[in-house]
Amino acid sequence: MAFSIKVNGSQHAVDVDGDTPLLWVLRDSLGLTGTKYGCDAGICGACTIHLGGVVTRSCGVTVQDAGDREVITIEALGGSHPLQNAWVEGDVSQCGYCQTGQIMTAAALIADGAKPTDADIDKAMTNICRCGTYNRIRAAIKRASGQV
Amino acid sequence: MTRIVNVSRRAFIKGASVATGGLVLGVSLPVFDAFGQQVAPAQPGRLNTFVQIDPDGTVTITLHQAEMGQGVQTSLPMIVAEELEADWSRIKVVQADAVPVNGMEPAAMGTGGSRSVRVNFEPLSKAGATARQLMIQAAANRWAVPVSECSAKAGVVSHPSGKTETFGNLARGAALLTPPQNVALKAAADRRIVGKPTTRLDARAHATGAAVFGIDVGVADLLVGTVVNCPIFGGRLKALDPAPAMAVRGVLRVIPKEDYFVVVATGFWPAKKGAAALAPQWEPGPNAKNSTAAIDTLMQAALKKPGAVAVDRGDAKSAAKSVKKTFSATYQVPFLHHATMEPMNATAWVQGDKIEVWAPTQNAGRERYSIAEEFKVRPENVNVHVPYMGGGFGRRIGMGFIRPAIVASQAMGKPVKVIWTRQEDMTHGMMRPCAVSKLTAGLDESGLPALWDNRLVVPSIAEQLTPNRVMNGVDPISVFGADAPRYNLPNQKLDYAMPQAGVPLGFWRSVPHSYNAFFIESFVDELAREAGKDPVAYRRSLMTAYPRHLAVLERAAKEAGWDTPPPAGHGRGIAVHESFGSICAQVVELSMPSPATIRLVKLTAVVDCGVAVNPRGIETQIEGGMVFALSAAMFGRIDIKDGAAVQKDFDTYRMALMAHVPPVSVHIMEGGPIGGITEPGVPPLAPALANAIVAAGGKRVRKLPIIDEGIGFA
Repeated sequence: MAFSIKVNGSQHAVDVDGDTPLLWVLRDSLGLTGTKYGCDAGICGACTIHLGGVVTRSCGVTVQDAGDREVITIEALGGSHPLQNAWVEGDVSQCGYCQTGQIMTAAALIADGAKPTDADIDKAMTNICRCGTYNRIRAAIKRASGQV
Repeated sequence: MTRIVNVSRRAFIKGASVATGGLVLGVSLPVFDAFGQQVAPAQPGRLNTFVQIDPDGTVTITLHQAEMGQGVQTSLPMIVAEELEADWSRIKVVQADAVPVNGMEPAAMGTGGSRSVRVNFEPLSKAGATARQLMIQAAANRWAVPVSECSAKAGVVSHPSGKTETFGNLARGAALLTPPQNVALKAAADRRIVGKPTTRLDARAHATGAAVFGIDVGVADLLVGTVVNCPIFGGRLKALDPAPAMAVRGVLRVIPKEDYFVVVATGFWPAKKGAAALAPQWEPGPNAKNSTAAIDTLMQAALKKPGAVAVDRGDAKSAAKSVKKTFSATYQVPFLHHATMEPMNATAWVQGDKIEVWAPTQNAGRERYSIAEEFKVRPENVNVHVPYMGGGFGRRIGMGFIRPAIVASQAMGKPVKVIWTRQEDMTHGMMRPCAVSKLTAGLDESGLPALWDNRLVVPSIAEQLTPNRVMNGVDPISVFGADAPRYNLPNQKLDYAMPQAGVPLGFWRSVPHSYNAFFIESFVDELAREAGKDPVAYRRSLMTAYPRHLAVLERAAKEAGWDTPPPAGHGRGIAVHESFGSICAQVVELSMPSPATIRLVKLTAVVDCGVAVNPRGIETQIEGGMVFALSAAMFGRIDIKDGAAVQKDFDTYRMALMAHVPPVSVHIMEGGPIGGITEPGVPPLAPALANAIVAAGGKRVRKLPIIDEGIGFA
């Protein structure tokens, strides 16, 4: 079945079943592989995107339920977003697999000039990092939000 | 012995712009096994690590070691760049394929055992130094001056007369020269790249999503499949009606095999839907009734009888006279899964008798031969590309996650990527074995162990994967870390038994050290308390024969403020352990808001790794190793029920999260022989944590995970 979805500012027609999660529309139909597959259960956060401006785990939202809400993925951040720069400067990533999801979660946290506290970060940043980079993620969020 | 060969005019290597006529040196490396033992010398002609200098000044380093997060594709180039006197900003890294170069077989590519930097430090230093000498010689030839008058720095050769030339402009000339032998290496004091905290070369690609992991590999006309393995280890597929899967739009084929099936589709989602629609009938096989309780019964029975003798030192009989008191404790750990963030996957394209594979593997060189043997093609017809791995931790070894992709591509005549669901991944791991240790000490009048007896029971990894490593009933891969505690123990015995687990076992980050450190360092803490002594002071009196280890322990105590009492309600625990050639001591400080909850306050680590190539990389590996160990110590447990793994996802196989992890400080000591770094940060955490719980007034945890003992995060 054909669906029309807006991703990173462009409208795309995709021919998939309506129960296809956005994750697989992004990865398999649109080739946007920066959004990662991790757990299939909305737990790990590797597949985090913004849907209609809301941080969303894309494995849990089907293309038919996404409706006309715009999808923003890591690819839309452009490469030198303050978070991406802070990630590089702080040597956050190890294997790197979860980091795009971490950055997408963090991007909402610092949007509109917000300066998240440690408690805010603890609450929002529930993505799993198997390499254990949490402290560097915390530092990078503070750096990107102008707190250091 | 390392050999450096000038292959400038005959190399056709991935990423090499040989047409530009630059210098290409091939490096021949010795072969190491999973534990860093050299098993074969460097063989001339076996190359796949290269240093290339292009006329535009780019220095491309093609590396045989794979990147899975450990930072090896930054630290190894640093070693080359140091001796090359390269301009670091011109360094580019390419992952080598497991493929012959000009008919020459590739060198071994196994990445594991925390050994990439250790074993390649000297060969890659020599490669860099040789390339530098060729640059200098090319300049000397051009200027008609003696080589001895020229020097290189930051990608430029200069002469006292004021002449200078860039490496790029010298590359064509250098390509025609014969490499000198036995080039002198720099003194440690002269290093300017090695030892400097350096940002990972792949940091930007990771932050943007541009990095290509195995799961991201793109090939034209790619089909996507998913695999369903027999849930019961050792079981077989008895019957499978493909019809319900074929009714799913996008599903192209169901491929039944002996103990698994693959559903191939136009994308992952239809493949997964198709697989879920099927009702396979499995022949459960010999492990049908296997369970955690059944394995535990075997473990406990083995614990009651003497095992194979692994260590028997000293004279227990005469030492028995000085024993005033005997203290004994039994410790236990469960099966663990690696849970790499990127689930298992591989992509294959079989064309006639040629097999091309893209596999996030830690062992591409060996898997290439395994593929050739299993699929009956010649090794030279197999090419294994190695994309980034989304975590490895020892999981990505063997054919298990590569085979289904090759089978599917063979069946479809097209390239196929097979992605395991998280559930398949987690229920079909190569698990860290469960283990039990009964430790008994005969204490003298000052409370020190005049006798030390360790009865260790661990299902054997070696028995499953490398049976020739089992010697006289002892699997060294099970006993490392328990066979030589770094304490003054003049009379010690270690015996070992390996019951059959009925579960596939494998190398989990730090392997036996992950449990042996927990056993020994918990026990030593208990002995200190029995003797009424401070755990650092007690260890100090037991470590006089191990000054390097003691220095690491003392430094950790100092950095953690051990001598200053912690705030009321806080407790500090310490542990020290040597693994993979490095010594690591850690202090955990925590509070206990209630007898059932802990809040971590601070983690302190000191590591002596001999030579610190990339201090920032070392910090990240030790920090990460501690968090990896924290997840396991608090939550990690894979259960077996009806012959199958029970935990299927991160809801039941929990991980430490941001909110659980306190500030971590890492301190590096140098001076000894170079050691590994990716694994040594793991072992001390669990015992330091258990010891801290006791120090804070909590119960002694002798069985992991801690949450099963009724203590969770606040």
